[in-house]
Amino acid sequence: MFPAHPNQFGPPKPAPAWLGWLAFLFFVFAQVFSVVTSPADAMMGHLQKNMYVHVPAAWVAFGAFGVVLVASLYFLWRDDERADLLAASSAEVGSLFCGLTLVLGMLWGRPTWGVWWSWDARLTTTLVLFLIFVGYLALRSFVEDPHRRGQWSAAVGILGAINVPIVWMSVQWWRTLHQIQSNPRGLSPVYLRGLLLNVAAFTLLTIWFIWRRYEAARYERAAEHAAQAAALGGYNA
Amino acid sequence: MTTKKTKWGAMTAVGVLVIAFGWLIYGGLDSNVVYFLTPKELLAKGADGYDKPMRLGGQVKPGSVVWDEQKLDLRFAVTDGTGEVVVHSKGAPPQMFKDGQGVVVEGRYGPDGVFKSTSVMVKHSNEYKAPAKGERPSDMYKSLMKSPAT
Repeated sequence: MFPAHPNQFGPPKPAPAWLGWLAFLFFVFAQVFSVVTSPADAMMGHLQKNMYVHVPAAWVAFGAFGVVLVASLYFLWRDDERADLLAASSAEVGSLFCGLTLVLGMLWGRPTWGVWWSWDARLTTTLVLFLIFVGYLALRSFVEDPHRRGQWSAAVGILGAINVPIVWMSVQWWRTLHQIQSNPRGLSPVYLRGLLLNVAAFTLLTIWFIWRRYEAARYERAAEHAAQAAALGGYNA
Repeated sequence: MTTKKTKWGAMTAVGVLVIAFGWLIYGGLDSNVVYFLTPKELLAKGADGYDKPMRLGGQVKPGSVVWDEQKLDLRFAVTDGTGEVVVHSKGAPPQMFKDGQGVVVEGRYGPDGVFKSTSVMVKHSNEYKAPAKGERPSDMYKSLMKSPAT
């Protein structure tokens, strides 16, 4: 069980404001720059520009779920509640970007493929990934005891993260409507540059979001401990 | 209280779930998930392939597209290099539909040898290229829908 004192670990390290500004400004720059400099694609015209949001959103979602995996394993190993809170924060941000990936993909699919959705392996496994992490977040709100909550959600988080390589490989393993991963050589250099810029921008945003969310989660947890301790008759610190 | 016992219990549970999930994905799904059949596979089924809802995937056989703008009637052949199946569809296909394009069609294959499609989907490649000098993407869009019959 956790030592229940709210200041067990001291206050969390605040996410520096400059990082937030850097992430935001770099994101605006990357979007504008890549859209302005990219000529229309030979096959799909300006629809190609969806690449600058759909693909980075998918990659950072995968990255965030990777953080969930590592933090959850560390939590189970060391019983450090900070790891649980980091996992929860990453899961939240990852779910956001995974949801965005699905929506942006649908917006791309309708004009190019002709349909908003099809139950091919890539789309289905991505939806499953999203639902697992929505379930993860729901589970957290259902479990009262912080320690048990940490253990149960760690199990779901690890299971969910295992779906990431399956989503990634789905276009190789099965026949899908979704095309396979693009090779850098299959992209005009101007598209590749725009994509990589936006991947960097999305990564910065993701780090900022997770950090901020983690900070809030630490204070929430401290309040939770304080409320518990108050109910039991106050601290003896 | 967290004892060593419950910790290992939780980790064992996770391990079991992981193995079960992995087995399901690799063993169970791999052989069963076939999103679409190729023309060769559909033809190999013979009469077993008739009148069942399914997807057929391949390339639009160059020169096979017959598009009636007035009746919104589309006919073309889907080929995988060895077999080919004639597809009949109502309604305009997606913008990127053209000769040689990858497609997946949903519908039923009839004993008359025609695949009646309810949905035509374009399966595009993973390559993105800026147009060559002098080419304009807007022109290319228009050329996609030219009916070859005229």
